[in-house]
Amino acid sequence: MSALQERIAAARAEGRAALVAYLPVGYPDVDTSIAAMVAAVEGGADVVEVGVPYSDPGMDGPVIQEAVDVAVRAGVGLPDVLRAVSAVAEAGAVPVVMSYWNPIERYGVDRFADDLAAAGGAGVITPDLIPDEAGAWLAASERTGLDRVFLVAPSSTDVRLASTLAACRGFVYAASTMGVTGTRATVGDAAERLVSRTRAVAGDLPICVGLGVSDGDQAAEVAGFADGVIVGSAYVRTLLEGRGPDGVRVLSEELAAGVRRAKVRA
Amino acid sequence: MGGREVLPPTLEGMTLSAHAPAPDVPDASSRDDGARPEWPDATGHFGVYGGRFVPEALIAALDELTEAYEAMRVDPAFLAEFARLQRDYTGRPSPITEVPKFAEHCGGARVLLKREDLNHTGSHKINNVLGQALLTKRIGKQRVIAETGAGQHGVATATAAALMGLSCTVYMGEEDTRRQALNVARMRLLGAEVIPVTTGSRTLKDAINEAFRDWVTNVETTNYVFGTVAGPHPFPAMVRDFQRVIGDEARAQLLEREGRLPDVVLACVGGGSNAIGIFTAFVPDDGVRLVGLEAGGDGVETGRHAATITGGDPGVLHGARSYLLQDVNGQTIESHSISAGLDYPGVGPEHSFLNDIGRAEYRPVTDAQAMEAFALLCRTEGIIPAIESAHALAGAMQIGQELGSRGTGGRGDEPPVLLVNLSGRGDKDVETASAWFGLGEQTAPTDGDERAVEAGRGAEPGPGLDEDQRATDGAVSNDEAVAGPDAGEQA
Ligand SMILES: Cc1ncc(COP(=O)(O)O)c(C=O)c1O
Repeated sequence: MSALQERIAAARAEGRAALVAYLPVGYPDVDTSIAAMVAAVEGGADVVEVGVPYSDPGMDGPVIQEAVDVAVRAGVGLPDVLRAVSAVAEAGAVPVVMSYWNPIERYGVDRFADDLAAAGGAGVITPDLIPDEAGAWLAASERTGLDRVFLVAPSSTDVRLASTLAACRGFVYAASTMGVTGTRATVGDAAERLVSRTRAVAGDLPICVGLGVSDGDQAAEVAGFADGVIVGSAYVRTLLEGRGPDGVRVLSEELAAGVRRAKVRA
Repeated sequence: MGGREVLPPTLEGMTLSAHAPAPDVPDASSRDDGARPEWPDATGHFGVYGGRFVPEALIAALDELTEAYEAMRVDPAFLAEFARLQRDYTGRPSPITEVPKFAEHCGGARVLLKREDLNHTGSHKINNVLGQALLTKRIGKQRVIAETGAGQHGVATATAAALMGLSCTVYMGEEDTRRQALNVARMRLLGAEVIPVTTGSRTLKDAINEAFRDWVTNVETTNYVFGTVAGPHPFPAMVRDFQRVIGDEARAQLLEREGRLPDVVLACVGGGSNAIGIFTAFVPDDGVRLVGLEAGGDGVETGRHAATITGGDPGVLHGARSYLLQDVNGQTIESHSISAGLDYPGVGPEHSFLNDIGRAEYRPVTDAQAMEAFALLCRTEGIIPAIESAHALAGAMQIGQELGSRGTGGRGDEPPVLLVNLSGRGDKDVETASAWFGLGEQTAPTDGDERAVEAGRGAEPGPGLDEDQRATDGAVSNDEAVAGPDAGEQA
């Protein structure tokens, strides 16, 4: 079984959803971003999405763009990301890389798969790579045993839900709303509808929900129907507001309490 | 597009004898039906290029667009409406103009311009936009969004939206809203909302990112009218279909008036739509050289350029695999060009494919070379080209000189014939050109704008600037005017 799936299953065995924290490598600098990831784990994150800075983050809203822009300009790249992956693994969470496709293609798909596996990474979330275009990555992840997390969206047809899930390993990322990353006042019904449609074809594969969750109450709400709750912009905003790794730890504690408050499906 | 002359068989034979046509395209008349190239494949791949590298949330919209477009493009009602708009609204067919005085600087070649500058709204961009606006109505959406660099695609989209009663939002890099202030005003007059984009490099690539973000959020009501042959499938193929009228017309026009095909077809390449538009009809004509001119900026060797194929590597940007300018980390490198419409670090996937299979060649033209050609066409022929198009003119000067000096470009005793796509007119560029040439000290485009400094960092005014011209009393002479480099520093 995959490392991601095992960790999410362990959370479920405790009667709760898993907490998945996203932070980009390199904001405000590489070392501080790694310290923030470790703090997120100390506060209760089960999984850390280690974000690869990218110059053209088409799926991200203003908060993540602002942080990532700094990292891009500082020349942060995959070698720094691999260092962050090792640190997260050492801190006791499961690291999964979140990357737009071009940085990986540029580094070399096979080379990255080898280096990520060696660094202790579980796999990669690819927001702009659909399974239809992922031939090289499917082969490399098969060879190295890495997990591959693709996205589904409210607009995905049933046919696409089935074909995307068939290509996923670790978990499937359900994008709760049509739109870009960012905190929202409400997560809305669309997420729950998408999860139940996805559940119908998911088999054992865990479903984690992202886009829009920012506080403990929302985490509790989402934890009521999803296997994992993904939080990104709220963590990044903590750093943008200068609250540093300590602020990240506090947020993680609040969110970790949230995912424990919900009534979780059996 | 109907009613084009069928060439007499003898003329056809003579024209094509040295350059065997592809077997599936036996004569010029069958070309009028617009046989599509065999690429892309059903999922939008041109060899290894193209495809769809977008969030899953957009796949349904792209599928819907593909399906609706495939139905529309063979629907006689659409074809009739599209033909009517092209004729009555755009003013097609656009003429061919021979420019003999300009050609004196092209090594003895003959130069013929395809006059897309005479289209309504001033460039080739209207060809594509009318097609996509009709598609928007067909799929029942009421709002269009677009990205724009030079503003020509934004103006064209705003125009089509006004014509067809659609609401229109245009994303434009903040840098470009300053460089092309005239076009911002035009879009607003046409009723469009213009949103200056302040993320990233604040130019076209960032405007595209913002437009995609808008689309993914509002996809239920909104259609994205993409401005060039880049982006995810179906845009590269669809925009090619709408733009290929340029080459279909030009090929027939040349056969009719010259009884022969051109030796070389030249076009500037930003995203690549005007180039694909004029190339497509000629792709099966093996003897016709296809040359794309990329924006060389300060020179490819300086790193400050937008010559994507010449100076870039394959990768993924804006939804497709293609050449792009990127660093070792796979980050997109900011491009540089005096021409806002070419200032883009990516290029359409079909160009990458045509380059790799050797069917088309791509070479850079620097800002200085483009501005020299710009001035030359103004002075010798009375045509002010878009600075984008001036890159193609500079390419004609280079290739004409190469062919002339080798004496191998023509056929027998005939001089080589160069067909240049004059993709747009230069009204929007008057201020940039004035700053470059130092015409009128107060006309530098935008105070405190780094781009104006860039625009003003001129070389010597090109030979087209006739220093001996007798000044009219009271006129500002070239001597009194601020020279290019100084104009830049002042700005
Ligand atoms: C006149 C003109 N030519 C060329 C271009 C470049 O676009 P493309 O390469 O898609 O033709 C532009 C873009 O704004 C333009 O305005």
